[in-house]
Amino acid sequence: MINKQVANVKEALKGVSSEMTFMLGGFGLCGIPENAISELADMAVKDLTCISNNAGVDDFGLGLLLQNHQIKKMIASYVGENDEFERQMLSGELDVELIPQGTLAERCRAAQAGFPAIYTPAGYGTEVAEGKETREFDGKMYVLEMAFKADFSFVKAWKGDAAGNLIFKGTARNFNPNMCGAAIITVAEVEELVPVGALDPNQIHIPGIFVQRIFEGKNYEKRIEKRTVR
Amino acid sequence: MLDKTGIAKRIAKEVKNGYYVNLGIGIPTLVANFVRQDIEVEFQSENGILGMGPFPLDGEEDADLINAGKQTITALDGASYFDSSTSFSMIRGKHVDLTILGAMEVSENGDIANWKIPGYMVKGMGGAMDLVASAENIIVAMMHTNKKGESKLLKRCSLPLTGVGCVKKVVTNLAVLEVTKDGFKLLERAPGISVETIQQATEGHLIIEGIVPEMVL
Repeated sequence: MINKQVANVKEALKGVSSEMTFMLGGFGLCGIPENAISELADMAVKDLTCISNNAGVDDFGLGLLLQNHQIKKMIASYVGENDEFERQMLSGELDVELIPQGTLAERCRAAQAGFPAIYTPAGYGTEVAEGKETREFDGKMYVLEMAFKADFSFVKAWKGDAAGNLIFKGTARNFNPNMCGAAIITVAEVEELVPVGALDPNQIHIPGIFVQRIFEGKNYEKRIEKRTVR
Repeated sequence: MLDKTGIAKRIAKEVKNGYYVNLGIGIPTLVANFVRQDIEVEFQSENGILGMGPFPLDGEEDADLINAGKQTITALDGASYFDSSTSFSMIRGKHVDLTILGAMEVSENGDIANWKIPGYMVKGMGGAMDLVASAENIIVAMMHTNKKGESKLLKRCSLPLTGVGCVKKVVTNLAVLEVTKDGFKLLERAPGISVETIQQATEGHLIIEGIVPEMVL
């Protein structure tokens, strides 16, 4: 067993510096790496490029880094529900690249899987495809999209072990598995770090080879953005 | 004239036994309430669930279980969870049988605009571009005209496009229309709505053949 466990979030984020590019898992506030974000908000790093499906809300998730003006560029598919984001975007402080959700996922996965780029039909004929190479396959048009290049991936899982094996829960899985091993260093935070051997190898979603550092997170808030009941 | 619920009821009749269905936000979400009880259908939400159930009971919400609109949901027996790449493999790979989504504009050749209005805060396309670029069977649910009374069924979309030549059918508060190579073919009228009313509210080319039946809801 190769031990990936680190003592805490501070150790997990060693090497993080300004002007780096990060991938952050989560869909809305579901499955976001809360501990890593909160630590980044406490660090004096800025001019960050963040790749994440969404940008959090004003006072939680990536919204915390926006409040501190730590983000220079945001690559996302949907950025509503965040007034500070809107203000920084309209004032030109924040550079924003909006890309289709499936393209975002696949550009992460391509980086994980060793593909330099992928062809997707999404965005063909729209402004998303402007300036990009297109190609016809079997009578249908596709857009060439490049794999992401990132310094760190910050992901959140439900359970994990010191070998870096991960299991996700519910729809908190989302982009997290696709971002594992897609950056130079993948940092996984888990709600529960179990002893090696306790996870059934049949049930592991992400094998430890894709993870460099793992730690048990603290004080998960797991905020619900739109509580809806019958 | 139909209200939003009426549009959802009519679209629900397009959902067939054995279909995997992706529902967009807004009117499409309501469709799930009106699908026949005697057929087997599974709803997919692109954030990573197949077999999505109704909203939870009060007190049973789970922060780890939401739909693409970020609302709390439940999972039915037989449901599965998966990552975003797998989710869009289902969509891009044409494994999802029917996609129902809203739109700001649809053109007579099936182009759709539903993500951006120049001059307003742009929130992003989310999964809409992937859905419209890949789905074989796309039904648009929308009002026939905008708040100013202008047609949303156009010769050419005026807003930035989400996808080109992809919409197959449009269900509005006034009519059911099929997108053909020659334009919008009028299939059904909403109860009490005349062909003339639909013609006046449609800027794109409208094809009227024979007697156009009234919708059965």
